[in-house]
Order: sequence, then C-alpha cells, then structure tokens
Amino acid sequence: MAISPPERRLWWKEPLHRVEIIWIAVAFLWGLVMFFAMVYWHAYGQQNLSNEAYRVVPAAFSEKVEAMVKKYKVGEHKSGMPIVRPPPGADVYMLARTFEWYPILQLENGKSYRLHLSAMDVQHGFSLQPININLQIHPGYEMVLTITPKKIGDFTVICNEYCGLGHHAMTGRIVVIDSTAQQ
Amino acid sequence: MSARVRYRVCPDTGLKVYSSTEKLIKANAIAAVVFLAIGGLFGLMVALTRWPAVHLLPAEWFYLALTAHGLDVLLVWIIFFEIAILYFASSVLLNCRLATPRLAWLGFALMLVGAVTTNVAVLQGDSSVMFTSYVPLKAAPHFYVGIILFAVGALIGCCVFFGTLVIARQERTYKTSIPLVTFGALTAAIIAIFTIASGAIILVPTLLWSVGLISSIDPITYKIVWWAMGHSSQQINVSAHVAVWYLIAAVVVGAKPLSEKVSRFAFLLYILFLQLASAHHLLVEPGISSEWKIFNTSYAMYLAVLGSMIHGLSVPGAVEAAQRRNGFTNGVFEWLRKAPWGNPAFAGMALSVVFFGFIGGISGVVMGTEQINLLMHNTIYVPGHFHGTVVAGTTLAFMAVTYILIPLIFRREIIWKGLARWQPYLFGIGAAGIAIFMMGAGTLGVSRRHWDITFSDAAISFDHGGAAFMMLALNGVSAILASIGGVLYVLITVGSILFGKRRDVPATASPAQAPVAPPMTPVMAGYGSEATLKLPGTIVLVSVFFVAFVLYYFVNWKFVAELWPLR
Repeated sequence: MAISPPERRLWWKEPLHRVEIIWIAVAFLWGLVMFFAMVYWHAYGQQNLSNEAYRVVPAAFSEKVEAMVKKYKVGEHKSGMPIVRPPPGADVYMLARTFEWYPILQLENGKSYRLHLSAMDVQHGFSLQPININLQIHPGYEMVLTITPKKIGDFTVICNEYCGLGHHAMTGRIVVIDSTAQQ
Repeated sequence: MSARVRYRVCPDTGLKVYSSTEKLIKANAIAAVVFLAIGGLFGLMVALTRWPAVHLLPAEWFYLALTAHGLDVLLVWIIFFEIAILYFASSVLLNCRLATPRLAWLGFALMLVGAVTTNVAVLQGDSSVMFTSYVPLKAAPHFYVGIILFAVGALIGCCVFFGTLVIARQERTYKTSIPLVTFGALTAAIIAIFTIASGAIILVPTLLWSVGLISSIDPITYKIVWWAMGHSSQQINVSAHVAVWYLIAAVVVGAKPLSEKVSRFAFLLYILFLQLASAHHLLVEPGISSEWKIFNTSYAMYLAVLGSMIHGLSVPGAVEAAQRRNGFTNGVFEWLRKAPWGNPAFAGMALSVVFFGFIGGISGVVMGTEQINLLMHNTIYVPGHFHGTVVAGTTLAFMAVTYILIPLIFRREIIWKGLARWQPYLFGIGAAGIAIFMMGAGTLGVSRRHWDITFSDAAISFDHGGAAFMMLALNGVSAILASIGGVLYVLITVGSILFGKRRDVPATASPAQAPVAPPMTPVMAGYGSEATLKLPGTIVLVSVFFVAFVLYYFVNWKFVAELWPLR
C-alpha cells in the first residue's frame, strides 16, 4: 500500500504496467505539442507581445505623453479628459496613474500604432474591453507594442491590477474610427 | 532520551503513535481548521460583494476582506495542515519518534504568532495590499513581519520532518524504502524549502523598505522572486494533496500504487520543474523575453504537467486495481459504481481528483500558455483557476483526510455520520461552481480584485453585460453552497474532537474505516499484481480527460486568433 514501504527492496526494477507506459508517452508528446504551439505562434500568429521595453523615469514618460496630447488633441471628454488623434503609424502613449488612464486615444481602424504604456505610481492592469487584451503595467518600465485595431467603436480600458481604494473607478478609453471618414 | 519517549500502538494499523507527535499533529490541525473558518468567512463576504445584486461590503472593507481571505486560507490554513501531514507521514507512517519535538513546538508558536500578527495588520486597515502585496503598494511593517515569522516557523516544521526521516533511517524503523505517501510529503517539504527561501529573499528587503531603510524595490524583480514563493507554495499543496490521495486510497480501499517507480518519478518531476511556475505571473510583463517566458511557463516543455498527468492515471488506476481485487470485477465501471461513496474520506478524495484535473489542471495549463494569457491575465479567470486547484483540489483533499485522522490520531468517532456523508459533496460542488463561474466571468473580461463591475464611480463608464453579472451571481450561490459545506466541516471536526465517542478501547472495529488490504493471492503475487490486471475503467477516464484537455486548449487558441493583431 501507499502508506507502507514497498514490499520489495528493488522496487525500481519492477516491470511497468503497459497502460502507464502508453499514458506517459501520450502525455509527454502532448507536452511537446503545447510547447511548440507557442513557438509556432511567434512565427505565424498575429497576436504576440513584443519584447520591446525600456526603463523610464515616470516624470520623463509623463513629459512624452503631454507632448503627444499637446500636438494631437482634438477634443475633450465630458470628464475633462483630453481626446487625442495621432496619425496612423505614430507613436501613441497611454499613462496609468491612480485612478485614470490618460489620455483618450482615437485610432483609425485597420491602421497600426506603436503603443507605449507605463505607470506613474504603482502597478496597474491594462484591460481592453470588451476585446479582452490584458497587460501588466509597471512604474519605471515603458512597454512598447504595435497594435492594429480591427473593429470600429468605443473600447474601455479598465484597470485589473489592484492599485488602491479607487481601483474600481479607474477606466480609460480607446475610440476606433473609420479610416476613410473625414474628421 | 529515546528510551523515555512514550507511544501507543494504533489498534487499526499496528503503527506506533508517539505522544509528542500526536500532540503536535493535533495542535497544527486545529490551528489550520480555525484559520480555515476565519478565511472562509472572509471569502464568503468577498463572493457576496462581487455578486452585483447583493454587493455586501463597502469598497474599503472589500479590499481588506480580500487580503485577509487570501492570507488566511491560501497560506495559513494550508500550511498548518501541511505541517500536520508532514509529521503524520514521517513519525506515524515510519513508526518513528519525532525529531526534536521542542523545536517543533517553537515552529508552531512562530507560525501562530506570525499568522495573528499579519491578521492584526490587515484588520487595522492600512495593509489592504492583497495577498501578493505588489510593490510599490506598501503595507504596515508588521504585515511583512508576520509572514516572515510564519515562514520561519514552517521552515522549522520542514526541518523536524527531515530530522525524523534521518532518525527513522538510523534506527531502522522501516524496511526497504520510505512509503510512497512519505515520499510525496518529502517532495512537498523539499519544495517548501525553496519556497520559504524565495519568500525570505524578497520579503526581508520589502520589510526594510516599508520601514524606510531601503529606498525602492524594483516591481518586476519583486514579482519574479515573490512568485517563486507564491506559486511554488501551491506546488507544495499539489505534492501534499497527491500524497493525501494515495493515502486515502490506501486506507479506504487498500489501493497500492500501480508501480512505485512511476509514481515516485512523477513526484521527482515536481521537484525538478515546478519552481519555474513563477513565469505564469509574468507572461504579459514588460522587459522579459518571450524565450524566457515560453521555457519557464511550460515547466521546461511541460515536464511538471507530465508529473500531474501521471498521478491522474495512477491514482484512479490504483483504486480500480484495488477494487477489482476486492471483487468488483463486472464490466468497465462496477469498481467505480460500488466504490464507498458514502465514506466522506473516499468521496472527498475522488471529487478532489476530478476537480483538480478537469477544472484546476486544464485551466492552469491553458492560462499558462504565453499568448493565451493575454486573454486571461488578471481577469477573474485567474482566481477561478486556482479555486479549482487549491479549494476543490487541495482543501477538499485535506478535508477528506481529516475523516481518517480524527479516528486514528484524535481517537474519536466522527459525529453526525449522516451529515458527514454529504459534507464533501456540498463543499466540493460549491467549490467547483466557484471555480467554473469565475472562469466564465473572466472569459467575458471581468477583472479580479474589483469592487464594482458596474463602474458607477468611474468618469468613463462601462458595462460588462448581463452574462457577466449572471456568472458572478452563480459564483455567489456556489460560494454559499461551499460555505455550508465548510461550516459543516468545521462543526463536524470540532464536534468530533470535543464530543465524539472515545476510541481508547482497542479492538473496537470501526465500520467507517476500511480494513487493511486483503491478503495477496498467488495470482497477484507479482509486484502490485497490476501487470496481471486490466484497467479498462481508468483508460476510459483518462481518455475523457485527455479529449477535454485538447479541445479546451485549441478553443482558446481560436479566441486568441480573434484578438486585434499585436506585435
């Protein structure tokens, strides 16, 4: 029994049950399939996180964000949050701080943007809804990824890393517009 | 010293039970159950707050209760119980006195003081930093002091366990090798050393930072090292509850491993690879390369998953072999139909195996896939997954083994046998519901650790939609069901210890406990007899599991393929 010592001293020389050998082989091969699926997706899939990231002083990141807001601001949300519309292909920034995502980005459908993300104070969770893309945002690290919106509409960024007592009120917005529309 | 050590001989098993061991097992098990009750209560309040129609607690209390819930059940309940299991698997199963019982009591005291200290810090209200306490969120210094004291106490417990193994070897209290269950406990203790060392490496500097002696702590470094404690400590649970599965199967139906070699090899894979799991928490983090993520998140090509899949075959396989030996040989599933489903130890074990594999295991591997993690990171899918592993898996297995420990160690009959029959079903199905419905809500994008998914205070509003609300409501209902099972467990265990009929008189046969395995017949004379037995039922069960695994895995790749392109 499993609660008593093995009956034979040389228990490691006992023959194996065939079912066990087959199952070990199946499980091992399945592990390889799952491992190479991740590698395969890096080569042929469309959804991979870039490995591009930089150390950044929060104040310096904030300056870059403000420069973008100044240059491309097209309006304001009723809450006073600026709405910016950088040209396709541009570097766009979103900053996380307690308790807001700053600013609101207007992006064109089907166009690619280099999105820079960082936090001012504590860790935050970038959760783009209802698309459901989730990223961890750290203070002191600037994450850069190229993103291509493929649906028109208003998308909400909610914070999904606990960041303090106002955490549940921390939201932001990405607006995806038709690239052919004049505005 | 050893000459004066007192022991009794267990009438059921013939094993020597030393009085120092017995007292320590009792103390640790009782402390565990007390913290399970406290942490479970916090958990119920969290679930009822997340149920939008109920929304029980105000925001401040919600984050406080969530921090306390994580600490008290994930850490305190489980590790106290694991220390009890370590002492049982060493001193009792090896027929050996416990090494340095005084040090073991010191460890117990440190754990208790640490657990109380951290609970006080949390209840004072300025340490609602969640169980993970990610820097730069800062808790009060005694929050960290309590966890460090608790960890040092647990470390002492592990050392007492290792010392007991050495004594047993020197005094030749057993022949051949240590039993499989002790081997599993040894696996847990080895992983615990790694875990506690990682905890010390990160929490000691964090404590110094919280009192102002260190200016800053890098948040990514913190996460890597903290999760070497946080995730690896869940691997202690896996090793311990797999050992408990084998233990219950052995005691209740007389099961023995299909092969010692394979089961031990599977435990060895845990020791070698499980520690890489820190990566599961870092898959969408900046500044870490994809190569590192892929290698580590897959435990070096899924070798630790291989270990769990082996146990997933060998535990039901051992039960089937034993049941067929016990005479249930008709058809594919007579052995399963006529298993002792009314015995709470067996029922809890069986549900734990199924839920851990199908819910916790599959979701963990899927979520740990680098790209699929984009869909799930920090959504409520994550707590859904680990309620499948730690609650429906570990906690249920530990509850089940309590029904064996109370007659053997506390020497009391279980009270309320009729209710005890139902307890594992209530708790298990409730816990499985919690896991499944949180995973469902997470798939719909609902965040974990979030007080208000209606975003009523937010400047920019958002609505998750009706399905997400329904998932959280069903999660609340499941939490109530699990709580009823949890309350029953606490009442039955405490009641049995205090008021259960004493079992001092030897030779009273207890119908709840199955007899030791029947004597070997010549047909089965080979090791374990398994080579001569067919296991059609187990083959069907693992095939169903494998198909579910593969389907669910590829369905999630389909979801990933529908996301916006990222590179």
